[in-house]
Amino acid sequence: MKSSSRLMQRLVQLGLLLALLVAWYWATLPGGINQLLLPPPGPVFRDFWVLLTTSSIWPDLAVTVREWIAAFLIATIGGCSLGYIISRSGYAVRVFDPLLAGIYSIPAILLFPLYLLFFGLGPGSKIAIGTTIAFFPVVLNTIAGLSYVDRAYITAARSMGANSLQLFWSVMLPAAFPIVLTGLRLGCILAFLSILGGETISSLAGLGHRIVSLAENMESAQMFGNILFAIAMAFIINGVVSYVEARGRRGMQ
Amino acid sequence: MTEKKGPIMSPGIARLLVILALLALWEIGARLYADPLFLCPPSQAVGALPHIFSDPKIVNAIKITIYEVITAFMISVSIGMAIGLAVGLHGFTKASILPVILLLYATPQATILPLFVLSFGIGPAAKIAFGVSHGIFPVIVTTVAGVQNLRATLLTAARSMGASRIQVFTSIIFPHMIPSFFTGMRLGMTAVLLGVLLAELYVSTAGIGFYTRLFAESFSPPDLFALIAVLATIAVTLNELCRTAERRFSRWHAR
Repeated sequence: MKSSSRLMQRLVQLGLLLALLVAWYWATLPGGINQLLLPPPGPVFRDFWVLLTTSSIWPDLAVTVREWIAAFLIATIGGCSLGYIISRSGYAVRVFDPLLAGIYSIPAILLFPLYLLFFGLGPGSKIAIGTTIAFFPVVLNTIAGLSYVDRAYITAARSMGANSLQLFWSVMLPAAFPIVLTGLRLGCILAFLSILGGETISSLAGLGHRIVSLAENMESAQMFGNILFAIAMAFIINGVVSYVEARGRRGMQ
Repeated sequence: MTEKKGPIMSPGIARLLVILALLALWEIGARLYADPLFLCPPSQAVGALPHIFSDPKIVNAIKITIYEVITAFMISVSIGMAIGLAVGLHGFTKASILPVILLLYATPQATILPLFVLSFGIGPAAKIAFGVSHGIFPVIVTTVAGVQNLRATLLTAARSMGASRIQVFTSIIFPHMIPSFFTGMRLGMTAVLLGVLLAELYVSTAGIGFYTRLFAESFSPPDLFALIAVLATIAVTLNELCRTAERRFSRWHAR
């Protein structure tokens, strides 16, 4: 790819983003969209800056992050161990893999009203929905990773006298790791997104709750500032997790 | 690693037994220990199905949700395909615009749900719009990927033999698009379902989301479980339809 065309691409991307900003500003001029529905960019970025520089968002952020970490940990531990147990036998993989994949295709957000009933409006129901949604990519990728290790490696290690533990640590794990890692990345991001979704539907605290209550109070500029914050956070999480995945993959090779 | 040569029964039957065992465990556990305000055995949920289907309001709610899902799906597929083709057919637009689309795809959409309600109201329009905002991105991305798979030699050959733009599209681009088109449809359907259900659960006055909340808040788990089962059946059916179409139309393409 020539550098001049790459420059052109960057320019087009920048132009698109600028056009979006200008369109946003232009739409909010008097006679355009009601400012309660779409506040002008200026106040939104001012509120976003306030969020970054003051500590007003910390309590809600702490709730969301705590729910997210809990959900991801439970999904990881549960998903990896169940995946390991199932992948021990090829027969179990054939029995359980389609079953889990089938359940995965049902939109799990349906269970949220049930979780509200079981665990209440607090963090419990969000942790439950985050765990449910993050669990499936983790377990399916663990099964996929561990059960498709090249048989030749296993036979070779066995014939050289490796015991089960050695076989697991030095053959199975490194071979399966990249696929398992992809599952963990998906689980991590899905847990965050579904917890935001859960908080939007019903909650007592958290980022999603903040945005909803600002929306209900018609504090549009502040709401957009908070949305910007959540979007920025999702991008950062996405970037960090993808980086860790790429590093982990390289480290294992 | 235990190697089982010649398993006792086929995996399909074993899977069915696992499902039955889980249901039986749930039935026994719920009958013995559960608080009937929160959890009911599956037999009671099945018993609540006639009640759900005999209430015209609930049947109407199910119809509204199906209508929202299908409308959102149609819009996502048609607009997503158009954008995907426009972006994917040229190397330059793909390199410059696709990253912007991926950027939008990666935003946590649940946070902008209140915006949809502010601008489209609490009726079906907001659910359809939110469903489209979920469904359109997978369709665009798979369409672009599908165009990418097009082999350049085929295009050059067709052009050199004097095919017009329309001929190139109908006999080369379109047939090659079909497999990724159906993959996009399947992914789009999953995403649309998620978007519509999220919006329904957030605020609604008529759809299924309204009744799931109502049943949860009035502590009637049999109705709630029955409704969730109905929804899950709808979701699985729509998914399977897309998956079957995907398999059918990709068969010729197997190289």
